[in-house]
Amino acid sequence: VTLSVVPYLVAGWIFLVACYGLATSRHLVHAVACLSVAQSATYVLLLAVGYRKDATAPVFSDVRPGVRVVDPVVQALTLTDIVVGATVTALLLAITIQVAKRHGTVDPEEISSLEDEA
Amino acid sequence: VSEPGVGTVTVVLLVVVPLLAAAVVAGLGRWMSRSIADAFTAAVAAGCLIGSGYLLLARSSDRLVVWVGGYEPEKGTSVGIALVADRGADLLVVIAASLVLAAVVYSWGYLEDVHAAEHSLVLVFLSGMTGFAFAADLFNAFVWFELMSVAAFAMTGLRVEEPRSVHGALTFGAMTSWAATVSLLGIGLLYGLTGELNMASIGVELRGSGPSAAVNAACALVFVGYLVKAAAVPWHFWTADAEAVAPTPVCALLSGALVALGVYGVARAWWTMFDGVVGEATMRTTLLSLGCLTALVGAFMCTTQRHIKRLLAYSTISHVGVMLIAVGLLGDEGLAAAGLYAIGHACVKGSLFLGTGVLLNRFESVDEHALHGRGRDMPLTRWAFVVGALGLIGFPACGVWLGKSVLEHATAAETPDWFTAWVIVVLLTVSACTGGSVLRLTSRVFWGAGVPPPDAGRQNEEEPETDSVLQRSPLRMVGPCWALLLVGLAIALIPGLPTAAERGAAVFADPTGYANAVLGAGPVPPPPALTAASPWTTASVTFGLLATLLAVGMAAGWLWSPALGSRWRRRRRLLGRPVRALHALHAGHIGDYVAWAMLGSACIGVALVVAA
Repeated sequence: VTLSVVPYLVAGWIFLVACYGLATSRHLVHAVACLSVAQSATYVLLLAVGYRKDATAPVFSDVRPGVRVVDPVVQALTLTDIVVGATVTALLLAITIQVAKRHGTVDPEEISSLEDEA
Repeated sequence: VSEPGVGTVTVVLLVVVPLLAAAVVAGLGRWMSRSIADAFTAAVAAGCLIGSGYLLLARSSDRLVVWVGGYEPEKGTSVGIALVADRGADLLVVIAASLVLAAVVYSWGYLEDVHAAEHSLVLVFLSGMTGFAFAADLFNAFVWFELMSVAAFAMTGLRVEEPRSVHGALTFGAMTSWAATVSLLGIGLLYGLTGELNMASIGVELRGSGPSAAVNAACALVFVGYLVKAAAVPWHFWTADAEAVAPTPVCALLSGALVALGVYGVARAWWTMFDGVVGEATMRTTLLSLGCLTALVGAFMCTTQRHIKRLLAYSTISHVGVMLIAVGLLGDEGLAAAGLYAIGHACVKGSLFLGTGVLLNRFESVDEHALHGRGRDMPLTRWAFVVGALGLIGFPACGVWLGKSVLEHATAAETPDWFTAWVIVVLLTVSACTGGSVLRLTSRVFWGAGVPPPDAGRQNEEEPETDSVLQRSPLRMVGPCWALLLVGLAIALIPGLPTAAERGAAVFADPTGYANAVLGAGPVPPPPALTAASPWTTASVTFGLLATLLAVGMAAGWLWSPALGSRWRRRRRLLGRPVRALHALHAGHIGDYVAWAMLGSACIGVALVVAA
């Protein structure tokens, strides 16, 4: 295994760990945090995609044009995704607070079923 | 730089105007009176409907490419973001705008306590849908889809005082953002493989470099992201939760537009990027299996429901299965069938949801048993349900029937006979189960038909959405319900529609044409002149009538089988355990949902990466 594969494996690992956490979660705040962990897998993947050897940050204020830089596009994607992720997390946490108020519990096992018995 | 044409301006405005209007309503909402906010939102939605209608019907070019900000490609590459309007995209925007307009008119003056929040969210939702439909840039499409999803789950949980409402919103939100993560992983991989984000450029690069396991993995990830929103089994769990608890107008939007957009995403991704790279036979098998599974699971779950909104939600899942089968044929005619089916289904289902809302606000319940015989004095709503049920079944000359007829023709032309027979069985099952369930609840609620259930007449199940309980069905609620219904029925009568749909599909399903048009890299040949086979064949009419007969039979069976006594009870006990197990799976447990989603994704991964 060459070194360049490692970040991709890490990304996959983070995603799987997050999904395991989600599937077994006993606390909704924990579940929302697991979603954020899953999202950070995408950040690792995107940054790995944009990595260039011996390159610097793509900020051209003190770097001459033509110097080798890492791919700025994936950084823009990551930033955008962080914004989207923050919105989603905030909204999910707000809803979790309401769930706690209305159901008196944040354990997914204890929240009453949405499916009526026929 | 040439002067932008009317079409170009329309495309840009369709994306920008609802977004700006949402900001205006959100910012000034507290100073706006309710009726001004209503009128403003309705005007924006109507404007979008007119604009998208113009694009769909009056535009002469097959594709309209807009490079936002004038970043035109040079030598086939561009750093800009393109919007592309073809008939497929136009059709989706028309569906979205009509449903939003119907929803806004329906909720005129209602949902008092949440004030302008709903208007703002509905406009963000609309803008997300138009942006997604037109986006030619994969990441751009992703952001639009997320914007739309966030607005959708915020709207679902709008009534925070309702325990079920917040629970449904939570599972919906969690599943959609899980899906977002999966698609972004796919997008990241595709960017790593090709160095491009524009779908046309990605397609060109992938076709140049040929198939590989990494491309298949990326394809699987992107597709799973879309299939979650399309409510394909086993990623469908959020759908019933969200649509059972969301405010009625939101249900219509989720059911008609959001799931259709998921299917659209699959089709768009396939025909711009993966066609000719990922194995076609594998993809066809995968999508057709998923479609059949979704159609049958949704149909079965639909029959076991007594909560009307949940019943309609499962019927949506079932019909999405049919659309997936249509797209999964991976041919022009199947794609045309999917488009026709989507518009027919969106109108009928939207209308049924709005009708359910009338019941909810009048009787504070959407429970089929509790409402037994209580809708006797509501002729307009009653007949909307009857006609809606027939539309859902695909009675000849309804929009859904037209889509089904084209689908049957496409299946017969492109697949072996045994598969065609199987698809017809699936279609009949979907019609009989979903339409039969709606007929059953209609006869129970509006005629008091059948053996009265033990808990008939139970009071006050749910909070009404209006500030006071309605004494009669107001026209502003029944009107949009009937308007949608009539559109859904009338489209089948438009002469030449199948031919136009097939022409649009041929343009949609042309990867090289798309790439050349977007990147300006080569000639774009017009689609071949074609004439679609007439949908009015003996077979299609027979199947329509047969489906109706089956649905009526099933409804009658459910209504009067308790009168048969002990024999019926034995059968019910026999079925009881698997039904309860299935219900327990759909109970709203996030952990279970994610586990199923992972299992489904693993299957897709195995099918595409390992088996291919």
